[in-house]
Amino acid sequence: MSEQSTYNYKVVRQFSIMTVVWGIVGMLVGVIIAAQLIWPDLNFGPWLTYGRLRPLHTNAVIFAFGGCALFATSYYAVQRTSHARLFSDGLAAFTFWGWQLIIVLAAVTLPLGITSGKEYAELEWPIDILITLVWVSYAIVFFGTIMKRKIPHIYVANWFFGAFILTVAVLHLVNSAAIPVSLTKSYSAYAGVQDAMIQWWYGHNAVGFFLTAGFLGIMYYFIPKQAGRPVYSYRLSVVHFWALIFTYMWAGPHHLHYTALPDWAQSIGMLFSLILLAPSWGGMINGMMTLSGAWHKLRDDPILKFLVTSLSFYGMSTFEGPMMSIKTVNALSHYTDWTIGHVHSGALGWVAMVSIGAIYYLIPRLFGRTEMHSVKLINVHFWISTIGVVLYISALWIAGVMQGLMWRAVNADGTLTYSFAEAVKATYPYHMVRLLGGSIFFIGMLIMAYNVWKTIAGQRAVDDAKIPAVTLAHA
Amino acid sequence: MSDFTNDFWSVYIAVITVVSMIACGVLLFTFSSTSGSGAQGETTGHTWDEDLSERNSPLPRWWMWLFYITILFSLIYLVLYPGLGTYKGTFGWSSKGQFETEQKDAAAQYGPIFDKYLQQDLKAVAADPDARAIGRRLFLNYCSQCHGSDAGGGRGFPNLRDDVWLYGGDPETIKTSIRDGRIGMMPAIGAAVGGPDDIKDVANYVRSLSGLTHDNAQAERGKLKFAGICAACHGADGKGKPELHSANLTDKDWLYGSSEATIIETITKGRAGQMPAHKQFLDDGKIHLLAAYVYGLSNPPQK
Repeated sequence: MSEQSTYNYKVVRQFSIMTVVWGIVGMLVGVIIAAQLIWPDLNFGPWLTYGRLRPLHTNAVIFAFGGCALFATSYYAVQRTSHARLFSDGLAAFTFWGWQLIIVLAAVTLPLGITSGKEYAELEWPIDILITLVWVSYAIVFFGTIMKRKIPHIYVANWFFGAFILTVAVLHLVNSAAIPVSLTKSYSAYAGVQDAMIQWWYGHNAVGFFLTAGFLGIMYYFIPKQAGRPVYSYRLSVVHFWALIFTYMWAGPHHLHYTALPDWAQSIGMLFSLILLAPSWGGMINGMMTLSGAWHKLRDDPILKFLVTSLSFYGMSTFEGPMMSIKTVNALSHYTDWTIGHVHSGALGWVAMVSIGAIYYLIPRLFGRTEMHSVKLINVHFWISTIGVVLYISALWIAGVMQGLMWRAVNADGTLTYSFAEAVKATYPYHMVRLLGGSIFFIGMLIMAYNVWKTIAGQRAVDDAKIPAVTLAHA
Repeated sequence: MSDFTNDFWSVYIAVITVVSMIACGVLLFTFSSTSGSGAQGETTGHTWDEDLSERNSPLPRWWMWLFYITILFSLIYLVLYPGLGTYKGTFGWSSKGQFETEQKDAAAQYGPIFDKYLQQDLKAVAADPDARAIGRRLFLNYCSQCHGSDAGGGRGFPNLRDDVWLYGGDPETIKTSIRDGRIGMMPAIGAAVGGPDDIKDVANYVRSLSGLTHDNAQAERGKLKFAGICAACHGADGKGKPELHSANLTDKDWLYGSSEATIIETITKGRAGQMPAHKQFLDDGKIHLLAAYVYGLSNPPQK
């Protein structure tokens, strides 16, 4: 059988397995740092202190767990919806091994304290160059596959994957520009408030493109597939796609409200964040309404439960985000745990759950089975994850609003009612609930790992998935 | 506004912002028709990966209007508030202006409370329970981070409840310490003292001054070194010199610690302590109340 008549499942398989592995690693570090906030004695070393493990946690869950999920799903979806094998097997393999090397380098350098100090872009310049090489290869493989597609129309999931790949390349190149002083230290090419603005232009678009557009790509392939229903509305796809990718670009300044950033820039950041509400919800509506006529499937299909619940969390956090970008609300919420709660309702509720659903869809197909070893365990995982997220985000909502109110409370004489340490003390119970919620979510990942292991053990990897002949419906 | 180097950039920002918002509306309008294939089950005719297809339902009306409303809100906001380059908005609001107004209002509301105490002698303020309550709240917010919420101090941070004062514990001196800050400095004099054994000798002598366990022979040798070097600041008797703000080495109070190893470290590397000046962010009234509170900690008002 000719190579070109089959899909490349190998690289999809590799990334799928590593999604589970890095998910466990990244979330374990998250559980550890959540515990460190409650028991400072758990800071060991200089290497295992909160300040060094926190960037390790964010890098591991966003770029290792989320990144591997995006590589796996985009490589799978772009082949299947283009009816074409990946543009280059060699480059695809390079993206896998290169990306794993980057993750390992991050796991070594961050605890050693080697960092550029830019949030979500901490890795130092030699690793940044490696990221660039891998990312350009990813773009070549992805767009090369689109170029050789056998179907004239480009499927909507690929618009989102494509936008994600292109934009992340631009964001990474601009924000990581730095002047190296040694192999392990560099300084940003920008200074002062410009540096802050570029950092948050990057930071918010990392959320917008890495954690939103890419995962909407996952949603647009796996929900219609799993539900067996057509996507709700093509024109809604068009409007919300262009509006989303255009508007996200402007929203970064809302991270810098009431700072040295000029007022005009803060206003524009806030307004485009508000305009972003409808384009964000467009994706949620399109995914949810795809289920119309198939709602009953939610009753006994836990994979669909994961996918649809992730959309609910997506809708919730994309309502919360614009609201928090309003200057008056931000004056209360900024610097509090509310922000961390908001991020996790997106990261756990949306990103992790949609990825988990997609991986449960992929694993049996990549290993020649019709379904996972235990569908019951998927269901258990679903409920555990949902309970974990809800505990986590509600604890931090309460903690955040409480902190904001405590910080601004004044006595009749104008002095602050609470010292900072009092707000810290009042936060302990909520941090306990947050640790509990995070731990529960983490246990869910262990159940997933067991289920994946039992599904693939002894199975032969599928490498002969045939590309079907194209039948043009109305050619 | 100084953040635009010339008018071009202001106009550029204004135009690109308004055009972008309107472009979102135009995009929405272009696709907002309710005609076409809204019918149930009808798809666009494209199929991918065996069974992926799309319907072409009209945009949900509530969603469409939500989108229009956010755009309209934004355009109105840009008339009222700063956003379009150097245009200041009809409300004339600015974050700096808001800050200044809030400061002014606070000064008007709370100023009289502090002014009243500012007229009084510090010792009188220290005896006033209401003033002490305000002072305590100020202390918890501005001082407790270093000196502890009980003012008991910590390593490198002086205890404010005892009668040991490097700069003086009278009310006016405390006020000066808070207002202008202090820079404490023990020079690194290891090299002047000699080798590790010489330093150890001096450390033992220093320990002997306050009756801590020490090696007699070493202390005896250290005494000579002390007289030649350390006595210049700490005095021949080791009791410190108030005019030099040098520490009394004969009492039980140790800012950095009294173990032999710590004293060796202090001699070898020196110490640099800094009490930051608070005059830039606390006004006279607040500093007055804080000074009275701190004075009251070691001089409780007579009942």
